[in-house]
Amino acid sequence: MTTLDISASGPATATGDAVLAFEDLTVTFKTEFGDVHAVKGIDLEVRPGEVVALVGESGSGKSVTSMTALGLLPRNARVGGTIRVGDKVVGALDGRGLRNMRGNDVAMVFQEPMTALNPVLTIGDQLTEGLQLHGIAFGKQAMARAAELLGMVGIPEPERRLKQYPHELSGGQRQRVVIAMAIACDPKVIIADEPTTALDVTVQADILDLLRSLKDKLNTGILLITHNMGVVADMADRVAVMLKGDLVETGTADQVLNHPRHEYTKRLLAAVPHLGSGPGQFGDVAPVEAAPEDLPALDLNNLVIEYHRLGKPTFRAVDDVSLSVAQGEIVGLVGESGSGKSTIAKCALGLIPAASGSASILGTDFGKLRGKELKALRKRIGVVFQDPASSLNPRLPIGDVIAEPLVVHKEGDERSRRRRVLELLDAVELPRSVYNRYPHELSGGQRQRVSIARALTLDPELLVADEPTSALDVSVQANVLKMFTALQERYKFACLFVSHDLAVIDLLAHRVVVLQNGRIVEQGPREEVLHHPREEYTQRLIAAAPVPEPLEQRRRREARHALLNKLGEDVAELHVDEDYERPAPRQDEGGNSSGLGGFMADGGN
Amino acid sequence: MSDIRNSTPGGEDYEPQISVASTDAVGLAAGGSAAPLPGEDKSYSQGQLVARRFFRHRAALSSMIVLGIIIVVAFTSIGIGPIPGWWPNNYTLQYDKIGDGAPTWQYPFGQDTGGKDYFALVMRGTQFSLIIAFAVGIISTVVGTLIGALAGFYRGWVESVLMRLTDVFIVIPLLVVAAVLGKTASGWGIWGLALVLGLVTWTSLARLVRGEVLSLRERDFVLAAQAVGTSPWRIISKHVLPNAVGVIIVSATLSISSAILLETSLSFLGFGVQAPDTSLGTLINDYQAAFATRPWLFWWPGLMILAIALCVNFIGDGLRDAFDPRQNRTKD
Repeated sequence: MTTLDISASGPATATGDAVLAFEDLTVTFKTEFGDVHAVKGIDLEVRPGEVVALVGESGSGKSVTSMTALGLLPRNARVGGTIRVGDKVVGALDGRGLRNMRGNDVAMVFQEPMTALNPVLTIGDQLTEGLQLHGIAFGKQAMARAAELLGMVGIPEPERRLKQYPHELSGGQRQRVVIAMAIACDPKVIIADEPTTALDVTVQADILDLLRSLKDKLNTGILLITHNMGVVADMADRVAVMLKGDLVETGTADQVLNHPRHEYTKRLLAAVPHLGSGPGQFGDVAPVEAAPEDLPALDLNNLVIEYHRLGKPTFRAVDDVSLSVAQGEIVGLVGESGSGKSTIAKCALGLIPAASGSASILGTDFGKLRGKELKALRKRIGVVFQDPASSLNPRLPIGDVIAEPLVVHKEGDERSRRRRVLELLDAVELPRSVYNRYPHELSGGQRQRVSIARALTLDPELLVADEPTSALDVSVQANVLKMFTALQERYKFACLFVSHDLAVIDLLAHRVVVLQNGRIVEQGPREEVLHHPREEYTQRLIAAAPVPEPLEQRRRREARHALLNKLGEDVAELHVDEDYERPAPRQDEGGNSSGLGGFMADGGN
Repeated sequence: MSDIRNSTPGGEDYEPQISVASTDAVGLAAGGSAAPLPGEDKSYSQGQLVARRFFRHRAALSSMIVLGIIIVVAFTSIGIGPIPGWWPNNYTLQYDKIGDGAPTWQYPFGQDTGGKDYFALVMRGTQFSLIIAFAVGIISTVVGTLIGALAGFYRGWVESVLMRLTDVFIVIPLLVVAAVLGKTASGWGIWGLALVLGLVTWTSLARLVRGEVLSLRERDFVLAAQAVGTSPWRIISKHVLPNAVGVIIVSATLSISSAILLETSLSFLGFGVQAPDTSLGTLINDYQAAFATRPWLFWWPGLMILAIALCVNFIGDGLRDAFDPRQNRTKD
C-alpha cells in the first residue's frame, strides 16, 4: 500500500545486533501545496532490551519515523534510506512480506487504547487474531495463549476478560490488552507511540512499570515515542531528540536530560514544569489581595450535579462539593478523568444546572436567574477550553472571534471593538496581522492564545480554565503559562484552573482542590496539598507524576513502589512463568513464501 | 497517525513550533520552514479553500458550464414572459410541416404532429422544469434546514415533535402526496406546484442537518458562546449553521436534481404542469407513443432531463468533495 522506494544497498550485516535501525531515513509527503519533508535523513538504532525514547513536539516527524518501520505510511509518502527490522530491510519487502513482519518482528502500542481496539470484537477475538494470522496458535490453543498473555500483563481473571468487549474494561486495562496484543507474537521490537498520553497519571505509572519489566524479561527493544520528559526520564536508556524532521541530539538519558548540548534540547527541558519547584518557574503569580469580607468570585455550596440517563439510574457526577475562589485567587482543581472536575467547571459557567446546592458568582446564585440577569452575570465570567481546535468557530476570522462577546453584549461600536481586539492581541502576544486570519491558519498555541483573549474581552472577574494547556506542546505550554501569569497579574481576575497536570497546578495555583469520583479528597493552600499531602489518594497522585530528571525520577519511582507496598498493593510488572515458552511461528509453506524462512528459526533472540 | 495528518499543510497544524523563547507568538510571521509553501503567506478563508477545491474538480466544473449554457439558452431563446427571445418561432403557433417533421435546419429539434416548432417547445419545457427544480430546491432547503436546526439544537420535546412530523412525511408515499396536492395547486400555476413539491421534499435534509447540528452543538466553541451569554438564535445562525453549510449546499443540489425528476414523473402521470403550458415531463407524456415512429419527439426532452439532472448531480459531487477536507486528494 505504501510507496517505498528504498534501495536495498549496502551489506545487510553492517548493523550489528540492532533490532531496529534507521539509516539515513527520509520521508517526503506529496501534498497539494507541494512536497513536505517530514523526516530529513536520520540514523537511529534500537538494541534488544533497550528503550530508546524519541522525543519532539508535534510535527517533528517522530510518529512518521516510527510508522516507516511498519511500512504503514499513507500513499502520498515517499521513503528514502534503509530501515532494518532484525535482519529484514523493510523497503525490500512486498505486501505479504510486510504483513508477515508486522506483529512478528515489530509490534505497535498505540496512544489511545479505545480506538486501537475494535469495539465490536471481544478481547479474545482481537488477541487471537494475531496469533492465528501468524500461525502461532489456533482455536482453543490460541485462546489459552491469549489468556496467558492477559495474565502476563496483569489483568485479573483473564479467561472471563477474553469474552468481554473493550468498553467493559477501564482505560488502563485496555492499554494492557493493547500491550498483550503487541507481545503476542514475541516481536523483537515494540514501537510505543505515546502509550500513556491518554491515561491518568497513576495508570500511566503502572503502564510504564509494565513496559519496563517487559523489556527486562523478554529482552525486547522498545522505541518509545513521547513528548513527556517525565516519561522519558522514567523509561529511557537512550534519548533521541527530533526537531522538524532532524535528529538534533542523541545520548543516554542522563546525558540528554541532565547535560543537554543542543540549544533546542536545553530550551525544551527548561520549558517542562517541574513538580515540587513551586511557582516562579514561568513568572510569579500575584498574591491574593482580596480582603476576607469581600464576596468570593465563585462560591460552590454543597453542590450536587446529576446526569439523568434514559433507562438507567441517574449518575451523580459531583457529590456534595463546597469550594470557593476569592477575588484574584487561582484555585487549581485536580483529579483524574471521571472525577467531575470538568462538570464543576461547566456548572460554574452556568451551563449545567445544579441538582442541589448552589453555585454563586460574586454572591449571585446562578440557579435563581433568568433571561437578562443571567446574561449580565455571564459577562463577568470568561472561559478557556482544553481543545484549541474545537473552541474557535472555524468560520469566523480571529478578529470576529475575539470581538464576539462585545457584539453579544452590545458593547461599543465597530471602532472601539476593533481597538479592544487589537489591545487583547497585544496582551496575548499575538501579532496584529492575525486579525483577519482564520483559526485553521494558526497553530495550537496561537489558537489557545486567541481563546484566552476572547475570555478576557469583557474584563471578567472570574476565569474558568478547563485544562487550557493540556493539548499543547511543552514549549508552547510554557509560553502560554508565562503569558497567563502575566495576564493574571495585570487583570487580577480570579481563576478556577482545572487540570490533571500537578506540575502546572504547582506553579500557578494559590490553593488546590483534589477531587476523586465527584468528591473532594483534600483542599488547602498549594504548599500544603502538593508538598505535604495528608490524604492517601493525594500522596498516590503526587508519587505517580514523573519528573524530567532520571536520577530523581528513579528515587521517586522507588518511593512510589514503597508507598504501594505499604498500602498493600502490587507494583505492575510482567508475569513470566518459569516454563514460559516463546512462541515460534509455524514454518508453513503458505505464510512464509517471501523469503522469511531464515530468521524464523531463532525465534527472536 | 495523528502526527502524519498534522504535518500535512491540509491539516490543522503544519508548522511545528520550535523556539521556546517566543516563536510561538511570532512563528506566524516568521514561517521558518525550509521551503515556504505557496499559499502560506496568504489568508484563505474556508470559502476560498472550498472554491479552490471545487474548481479543481473537472466533472463538476464542466457540468457547471454545461448547466450554465442550458439555462442561458432556455431563457434567452424564446424569451420569458413579455420579453422576446432571439428564436424566431413561437412555441404556441403551428407552422407548415416540413416532411414528417424530422429535424431540419429551420426546425433543429423537428416539429410535432401539429407542426409546432419542437425546439421552442422543449425550451419552454426546460424553463418550467428549471424554475420548478430551483424553487423546490430553495424551499425544501430552507424548510429542512430550519426544522433540522431547531430539532438538533433544542433537543427535548421540540426535537420529538419536529422529528415525528418528519417521520410522518417520510412514511407517506411522496408521489401520492405530490400528485394529490399538485393537482390542486397547479391551478395556481407553476409556482403553486413548486411550493407544494418543496413542502413535501424537505425531510431528508432535515434529518441530515439535525445530525450535523447535534454534533456541532457539543463543540467547545458553541459552549463558549453559551457561556458568554449568546442567544440561541445567534448561536444557531452565526456559529452552528455556517459550519453545517457543506451538508446543506450538497443536499440542496441533490434535491434540485430529484425535484426535476419528481416534476417529470408527475407531469408524465398527468398531475404536473397542465396544458397549454408544458414541461419536459409533459412533453414526454404527450409523445410517448411517438417513440417508435418519430423518436426525436421523445429524445430531445429526455436528453434535456438527463443533461440537467446529471449536471446538478456532478456539481453536488464536486461541492461535497470541496467541503469535506478528508476528500483532499493529491495529484500523483
